[in-house]
Amino acid sequence: MYLKARKIKDRISGGWVQLVLVFVFVLPLGILASLLYKSWLIMQTTGIGDLLFSSVWRPLAGEFGFFPFIISSIWVTILGLLITAPICLFTAIYLTYYGSNRLSVFMRPVIDILAGIPSVIYGVWGVLIIIPFTGRFLAPLFGYESTGFSIMAGGLVLAIMLIPFILNILIEIFRTVPVEQYEASLSLGATQWESIKHVVVRRSFPGIVSAFALGLSRAFGETIAVLMVVGNVVGVPENLFQPGYPLPALIANNYGEMLSIPMFDSALMFAALILLVVVVFFNLLSRFVIIYLEKRQ
Amino acid sequence: MNQPIISIKNLNLYFGKQHVLKNVNIEIPQNKVTVILGPSGCGKTSLLKTMNRLVDLHENVKISGQVFLDNEDILKDNVDITRIRKKMGLLSQKPSPLPMTIFNNVAYGMRINGIKRKRKLRPLVQKHLIEANLWDEVKDRMNDPASRLSIGQQQRLCLARGLAVNPEIILADEPTSALDPLSSTIIEKQFVELKRDYTIVLVTHVLRQARRIADYIVFMYLGEVIEQGPANEFFENPREEKTKAYLKGAFN
Repeated sequence: MYLKARKIKDRISGGWVQLVLVFVFVLPLGILASLLYKSWLIMQTTGIGDLLFSSVWRPLAGEFGFFPFIISSIWVTILGLLITAPICLFTAIYLTYYGSNRLSVFMRPVIDILAGIPSVIYGVWGVLIIIPFTGRFLAPLFGYESTGFSIMAGGLVLAIMLIPFILNILIEIFRTVPVEQYEASLSLGATQWESIKHVVVRRSFPGIVSAFALGLSRAFGETIAVLMVVGNVVGVPENLFQPGYPLPALIANNYGEMLSIPMFDSALMFAALILLVVVVFFNLLSRFVIIYLEKRQ
Repeated sequence: MNQPIISIKNLNLYFGKQHVLKNVNIEIPQNKVTVILGPSGCGKTSLLKTMNRLVDLHENVKISGQVFLDNEDILKDNVDITRIRKKMGLLSQKPSPLPMTIFNNVAYGMRINGIKRKRKLRPLVQKHLIEANLWDEVKDRMNDPASRLSIGQQQRLCLARGLAVNPEIILADEPTSALDPLSSTIIEKQFVELKRDYTIVLVTHVLRQARRIADYIVFMYLGEVIEQGPANEFFENPREEKTKAYLKGAFN
């Protein structure tokens, strides 16, 4: 009797575990399916090519060209990554190979706190600090005029937000490099920097690539902080000090408000679909790159 | 005994409050296999890492005393550590090939030291792989990643890599502990060959290995040097009680 009860319990909990697993697996597919379903209308009427590459954005006339938004997103993301990459790499190297244990014990919670700050705070801080800095200092430095609300401001805020995220991954990766390899390099007469460059960075290269790819996915979808500093003007930005309008900001600003305009709903879902596809693409790409690089080592 | 290549005087080493090496005095003869023998945790590895100053990587290290290499005290602050380390090839317990090809592993040290041309590197890499008794096994796969070699081959690759920077001394920290008996024998034989040109300092806790290849023995226990001397004297007429007990297998 007792045994039977246990068996039933076992079966139920086993089934439950599987059910949850299926849910986790189906969820992203469900999201993808509903986005496809909702954006189907506009893909039918306008065509994917026009949607992606046309710069004409006149929702009232039923013309939806996403090119300005896509370009803005790409600029902001690339700029953010370019600024954050050296900062993260060098900080992670310093914390794992130069700084004392005490320093890294102190820095861990600092990084975690940075990671935990709500993005709207980064946005407000960006408006207070980054906007004037960009408008009054950076833009004139490069010979442009700018209000400060610009692709550059978006990139800077994004770079700062990415630091804790990428830094944590990089530190974890550098910690997995066997100390024997590092010591082996030193014992051959290599300096500390040579050993880090040729052994540590080389060995962690697949990990570094994936850290930045994950950062890229995150950056591409970051909404609120970027929205607050990037200017949100529709148009293809000619330089980094002009305002832009990234895809997430477009969705966040308009969804729920402009839905009386025909097709707008469907257009925004298409924007969401682009975001999802890009993020998934980079995730998969980073995975393949890792597998490829690890095979080569 | 001819002039010692390394002589260690009153060496004390602390990791924080832990007293790891206690007033160690050792003289290591040139072109001989010196075996540092002792049970696990007696400070053998720390002693070895003091000789090429890898202990510097630890935090809260305190060292006092002197380590003379070619009559130069390498513990002084102003010595060029990379130059000191270059004089000593290190072989660790687990082979640790660098994350690159077989060729580049051996060429690594030479490149660091300024030999960049492939044309110049190729014969040197071959020469050192022959010295390490690995050439025949890898000559057709020089561009494979080093991690694809067997563990025993990896250890010989590490030996070749160490030899490539023309060291005077080979420091080996239980280099056969992760290897199969056959690979161990190859490494041991290689050491006996190599002592014509190099001084070998081998750390081990395997008594039989010490009997097979040692010329000179340093026996350590709990951070202290208990006894040192030529191998045959050490094994046939041990002076200290602890040595006799160890030779009977008391601490293993």
